[in-house]
Amino acid sequence: MDLFTFTVVLIYLLATGYLGYQGYRQTKTAADYLVAGRSAHPVIMALSYGATFISTSAIVGFGGVAANFGMGLLWLTFMNIFVGIFIAFVVIGNPARHMGHHLDAHTFPELLGKRYNSKFIHVLSALVIFCFMPLYATAVIIGGAEFIGPIFHVSYETALYIFSLIVAAYVIAGGLKGVMLTDALQGLIMLVGMVILIIATYTMLGGIAPAHQALSDLGSQVPKFLGAIGHQGWTSMPKFGWSAAGTAMPQAVQYHMWWVMVTTIVMGVGIGVLAQPQLVVRFMTVKSKQALNRAVVSGGIFILFMTGVAFVVGALSNVFFAQKEVIRCQVVSDNVLMDPGADKKAKLSLVPENPAEDIKARAARFVSYRLPGEDEEAPLRYVLWTDKMVMKRSDDGKADLVEPHLVSIMRSVTLGTTMQGNTDTIIPKFISGAMPRWFGIIFMLTLLAAAMSTLSSQFHTIGTALGRDIFEQSVHQKHSTKSILITRLGIVVGLIVSVWMAKTIRGNIIALATAIFMGLCASSFLPALVGGLFSKRMNRPAAISSVQIGFLTSLFWLVFVNGKTAGGLGICKALFGKDNLVPPTWSVTWTVVDPLVVALPLSILTAIVVMLITKPMDKAYADYCFGGPKPNP
Amino acid sequence: MLLGIQDIWVWLAYILSILSTVLCVVYGLINWNKGEEPVKPEDVDWAKEEKNEVEDAV
Repeated sequence: MDLFTFTVVLIYLLATGYLGYQGYRQTKTAADYLVAGRSAHPVIMALSYGATFISTSAIVGFGGVAANFGMGLLWLTFMNIFVGIFIAFVVIGNPARHMGHHLDAHTFPELLGKRYNSKFIHVLSALVIFCFMPLYATAVIIGGAEFIGPIFHVSYETALYIFSLIVAAYVIAGGLKGVMLTDALQGLIMLVGMVILIIATYTMLGGIAPAHQALSDLGSQVPKFLGAIGHQGWTSMPKFGWSAAGTAMPQAVQYHMWWVMVTTIVMGVGIGVLAQPQLVVRFMTVKSKQALNRAVVSGGIFILFMTGVAFVVGALSNVFFAQKEVIRCQVVSDNVLMDPGADKKAKLSLVPENPAEDIKARAARFVSYRLPGEDEEAPLRYVLWTDKMVMKRSDDGKADLVEPHLVSIMRSVTLGTTMQGNTDTIIPKFISGAMPRWFGIIFMLTLLAAAMSTLSSQFHTIGTALGRDIFEQSVHQKHSTKSILITRLGIVVGLIVSVWMAKTIRGNIIALATAIFMGLCASSFLPALVGGLFSKRMNRPAAISSVQIGFLTSLFWLVFVNGKTAGGLGICKALFGKDNLVPPTWSVTWTVVDPLVVALPLSILTAIVVMLITKPMDKAYADYCFGGPKPNP
Repeated sequence: MLLGIQDIWVWLAYILSILSTVLCVVYGLINWNKGEEPVKPEDVDWAKEEKNEVEDAV
């Protein structure tokens, strides 16, 4: 670490520590403001909400997906702002706050449990959160580790352990308290980082329209494997349609990209955010409708600069890598062969000397190199060789200059990935390759800030799900020392499981893991939440059946139908001997339809039908939920 | 081609992202002073318990 890096990181850690200390002394968490009958400044509130909402997952994971899929991903930005901020703050926020306070609910499962006077729904929703939220936390952790690796020239595993230690220290030392000033400082760092990033990127590529134009002109360089699933260029939507049953390959998969992009990424995350447990609870810490109204202003702007910038920059990284990237390095070999396996889909491995003819024939050629300052012990870096690659000696004769002329996803292909690359590494590669080093450090802080605020609230939610919701409800013990211990245990278990998964499931996973969790939340909880907040008629049987149907349908779809998740989990293969249960007489497109598309409508329909055919809740209890006096037991 | 973007649907997403931000700003400013509510004892009780719970977890 050089002096500059050290100084910047030190200043950041000191500022975070100082604000955290001030927060402790002046006790300025959101709850403290409320205890004092006051409201936090709307900008502080929106920044701290935004910092919790946006994480490394959105910036590194979904930014990388935008590099692959293109600017069509901006539909998710629109959903993030319109649904995640406008609808959430204006429509959901205030009723959630009123009901939460009136029923004295402090967690999302508790809100549902008390609204429907049902221990079952309370424990079931807590179980869903406890079991699946670590998946989302894993996505956030991978996002951090993928970035720290290339910036500090350390391996992914080393970066993962360093990052996890920082996060654990932060969460335990006070991140859980959600001190508003600290969260807001992190939000501010994120905002500054992203503003610099978009200005620098557009400036480097000649302005807004010319940059987009250059991206449109790259259309002919769409890799074949992306073209086959419907990629039509980075400023076009993928091909839309539905493959007829029995269509032969490769035509059968030509609409896959559209379905993944729209149903999993845009709808899964765009709608899923409304039923995010940690965000719903956040509304309860607000003083009044007025505070929510005011926070909408900075909330909207903040999200535009987070996901909007990440997706535009992600897509535009293609122009940089294809046209402008020059790697100043020491070339070690310009003919390294890597084996993609017999089906060309395996992880790339180095071809040994004197390989068999078939391996030699299918092997891909790479150039290996070292960056200036890297010693001979450090692992080599690799870039895919194509006939467009230019290699020359620098004018001062001290280094080699390599111009790969690859689009982003091909630039991410290296030892250990498949020939289809790893989207999770594109944003980190872009920042370390295209931006000056000082910005890389600032951006690392941006990501550190984004990750810490989100992870704190995730682990808090995981912990309380186990302690307050599952344990207390099961043993009828309120706020005992035991339940506090179990909450802490939940946090530690959540942290360990997330880090272990981050080590195990690396590669094209951040966006998918986030989308799975958010889609699962929407399908399971959204009808019960929205129905419960807005209708006295919505009753316990309707909520219970809706949560069960939403959850079980999603789970079934993930394990047995969706090609990517069913194939990845392997449960279907173990039980039935095939990758998924979609019958051969059905369209292959079913395997890329997100669970949400089926589970959410089913869950809504179940809620409505069961509500209509069962008795309304006890009137006194329903009135109580909506502000009336507590009925006698 | 609008703003160098090939597909009208992608252009629409770009513009709608900006317009939805404008909507948030305009809505927030128009309603800046609306929705003030008195703090009820249940709000304060809720906040006190929330504070205790988080401190216990830490």
